[in-house]
Amino acid sequence: MLRLPPILIIALLVLPVGSGLLMVLLPAFGYLPALGGNTFSLAPWQMLFAQPGLERSVAVSFASGLVSTAVALVIVVLFLAASRGTWLDRGIRRLVSPLLAIPHAAIAFGFAFLIAPSGLMARLISPSLTGWERPPDALIINDPWGLSLIAGLVLKEVPFLLLMSLAALPQLAPEKRLILARSLGYSPTIAWLKTVLPSLYPLIRLPVYAVIAYASSVVDMALILGPTLPPTLSVSILSWFNDPDISHRFMASAAAILQLGVTIAALLCWWLLEQLISMLTRRWLTDGSRQRGEIVLRIVGRSALLFSSITALAALVGLGLFSLAGFWRFPELLPQTLTLDHWQRSGPSLVTPLINTALIGLISTAIAAALVVATLENEHRQHIQPKRALWLLYLPLLVPQIAFLFGLIVAAESLGVRPQLVLVIAGHLLFVLPYVYLSLAETYRRLDPRWLKVARSLRVSRSAAFWRVRLPLLLAPLLTAFAVGLAVSIGQYLPTQLLGAGRVTTVTTEAVSLASGSNRRLIGVWALVQAGLPLIGFMLALGLPRLLGTHRRGLAT
Amino acid sequence: MTASFCAPLRLEQISIALSGRELLTVNATIAPGEVLTVMGPSGSGKSTLLAYIAGFLDREFNASGGVWLGEHDLLSLPAEKRGIGLLFQDPLLFPHLSVGGNLRFGLPRHSKEKRQQVTQALEQVGLAGFEARDPTTLSGGQQSRVALMRLLLSKPHAVLLDEPFSKLDTALRQEMRALVFSQLREAGLPALLVTHDHADAGAAGGPVIELG
Repeated sequence: MLRLPPILIIALLVLPVGSGLLMVLLPAFGYLPALGGNTFSLAPWQMLFAQPGLERSVAVSFASGLVSTAVALVIVVLFLAASRGTWLDRGIRRLVSPLLAIPHAAIAFGFAFLIAPSGLMARLISPSLTGWERPPDALIINDPWGLSLIAGLVLKEVPFLLLMSLAALPQLAPEKRLILARSLGYSPTIAWLKTVLPSLYPLIRLPVYAVIAYASSVVDMALILGPTLPPTLSVSILSWFNDPDISHRFMASAAAILQLGVTIAALLCWWLLEQLISMLTRRWLTDGSRQRGEIVLRIVGRSALLFSSITALAALVGLGLFSLAGFWRFPELLPQTLTLDHWQRSGPSLVTPLINTALIGLISTAIAAALVVATLENEHRQHIQPKRALWLLYLPLLVPQIAFLFGLIVAAESLGVRPQLVLVIAGHLLFVLPYVYLSLAETYRRLDPRWLKVARSLRVSRSAAFWRVRLPLLLAPLLTAFAVGLAVSIGQYLPTQLLGAGRVTTVTTEAVSLASGSNRRLIGVWALVQAGLPLIGFMLALGLPRLLGTHRRGLAT
Repeated sequence: MTASFCAPLRLEQISIALSGRELLTVNATIAPGEVLTVMGPSGSGKSTLLAYIAGFLDREFNASGGVWLGEHDLLSLPAEKRGIGLLFQDPLLFPHLSVGGNLRFGLPRHSKEKRQQVTQALEQVGLAGFEARDPTTLSGGQQSRVALMRLLLSKPHAVLLDEPFSKLDTALRQEMRALVFSQLREAGLPALLVTHDHADAGAAGGPVIELG
C-alpha cells in the first residue's frame, strides 16, 4: 500500500507538466487537429515575431525575473548576516510566515494603493512637502520598465527566501562557525558572509531558481502592477489564448514556448552570475580582511528587510483603509468618513467564490497532505535516502505555469475531461503538493525514531504506532503544513482561471479581475478577504493544538 | 593591539552564576608560555568560563570579574577584537575552503608572504603539500593539526582550549597533546585549558584548578 504514494507523487507532478508542455509544443508548430491545424508549419512563430512590442515584453519578463530575485536575495542574505541574535531577528522570524501567506495579488493591490499618484505615500507628503493639491499626473504603477512590478515581486520573494534560509540554516551549525571566525578576529557580519553563506547558498539554490522562474512568468501581479503597452510576455500570452480568433491560439502556443525559453535563459544567466560571483569572491574569502565593510553592511542588512516588511504590512493597512473609505479628498491622509457600505454590497457576491476557494483549498491540501505523509512514512519504513528525486518536486515550480497549463487543458479535453471544479482541484494539487512536502519533510525525518521504538516495545503495532504516536507528536507541524498548502491554493490565479475556464470563481480570480477597473474600494474589500483567508488558516494551525488540549511543551513545532 | 607582544592573561575574581546559583569562581594569572588547567566534571561551568573570557557568554548567565591581557581590559572589547584564539573538541575546518584556504582565513590581512607562511605551517605539522586538499578528506588527527595552525597563524595574544583532545583516540591524543603544548610554549602564549581528563593536565605541565 505504502509503496504506491511516492510513485503517485512523481506521476502527479511529472505527467501533467510533461503532457502540458507537449500539447503546447505541437500547436506552436501549427499542429492541433482539434483546431484545424493538421500540418506542421512555422506560421505561428512568424505571426508571433510580427507582433509589435514583443522584444519589449520579453525584455521586461526576463529583467523582472532576474532583478527582483537578486534584490530579494541580497536583502535576505544581508539581513541574516547582520541581524543574528538581535530583537529585529526575533521579531522578523515571527512575522515571516504570515507575510509569506499573503497572496501575490493582495500584496500587489496593497502596494499599488501605497505608491499610486493618489496613494497613501503621496498623501503622506502632500501638500506639505510636494505642494500637490491634486494627484500628480505620473505613471507610477504599470510603468513601462516594470519597476513597480519588480518592487512588488521583491515584497513577496523576501519572506519566501527568508523562510527557506531559516529552514536550511540549523544543519550548518552557524553559531559554531561564527564563534570560531570571531575568535580569529572577524567582525560578526563579515564572519557570517565568509563562513556561513558559502555553505548556505547551495542549500537554497533550488528555491532561488523557483523564484526566478515564477517572477519571470508571473501573471496576476503583472496584470496589477506590470506595464501595459506592451504588457509582460506572460500577460500577452494570456490575452492571445483568450482571443476568439483561432489563429491566435497557435501564436499563443508559440509564445508559451518562447516564455519557457525566456525563463530558461533567465535561469542560465543567473547560473553564470553565480559562477562569476564565486570566482570574484574566492580571493576575498581568504584574503584575511576582517572588518572592512562591517558597518555599512550591518546598517543595510538590518534596514532593508525591515523596510520591505513594513512596506508589505503598510500595503495591508492601505487595503483596509480603502475598503472602509467613504468620502476621501486627495491630499487628506485619512478618509473623512468611514463606511461599511462596500463590505455590505460585496457580501452576497462573496459567497460563491468563498465556498469555491474553501472547497478547492481544503480538498487539494487534504490530498496533498495524505500523499506527502504516506510518502514520508514509506521513506522511513524502507530506510530510503531522500535527495535523488527532490528536484522533481520543484518541477511545477520551475516550469512557468503559463507554458504548460494551456497544453494541460488541451490534453484534458482530448481525454474528455472538461474544465470544471475537479480539474481546478487537480491543478492546484500540482502546486500545493511541493509546498506541503517542503514544509513537512524536515520535521518528519527529524522526529526521534526512539519514540516509535518505545511504542513498538510496548506491543503497539507498526500502524497503530503511526496513528497513536507519530501523528499526535507531529500535530503542530502537520497543521502548519496544511496551512501552507491552503495559502498556496488560495493564492493561485492562473490555474484556477484556466482550468476552470473562467467559470470557477474564487476570491483570487474575482479580485484580479477587478484590476482593470478602477473601483479601489471594491478592490480593497476583495483583496483584504483574499489576504485574510490564509491568515485564518495559520491562526487555526497555531490555535488548534491548544484548543484540543494537546499542547504540551515537549512537542515538536 | 599590536600583534607582537607577550603579556600575561589575568583572570581577576571571576564569578559566574546561573539563575542565582554560583557555578564557579576563578582568580589566576597565566604567564606567557604557561598553560593553566581548569578541571571539573561536566556541568561545572568550565566551558562557560571560556565563553566569558572569549566574549560569547549566553545572556542567561550572570558573570562578574575582570579579564586583563597585560594592561588591556578585554571585557570592554567585542569578541573579535580580544585576540583570543579558541581550540574546540571539533576542528571546525570550513568545508567550503581548501586546507590552504582555511589557513589563509586565519592569517591577518596584511601579512607578508602568505603563501610561504601557509606552506611552512603545514610542514611544521607534517602535512606538507596538503594546501589544495578538501578538509573533509583528512583524518581526524590531521584536521586537528590544521585547526591548530590556523589558530597560530592568526597571531592570537592568548589561547583557550575546550577539551581539544577528548574526541581523538588514545594514541593520537598523546601526540596532539605534545604538539599543541610545544607550539603554544614556543609561541609564548598564555593558555587556558579546560578538561575532565587528568592526563591532559599532566601533559600541560602548568598549575591546575579543580572545580565542583
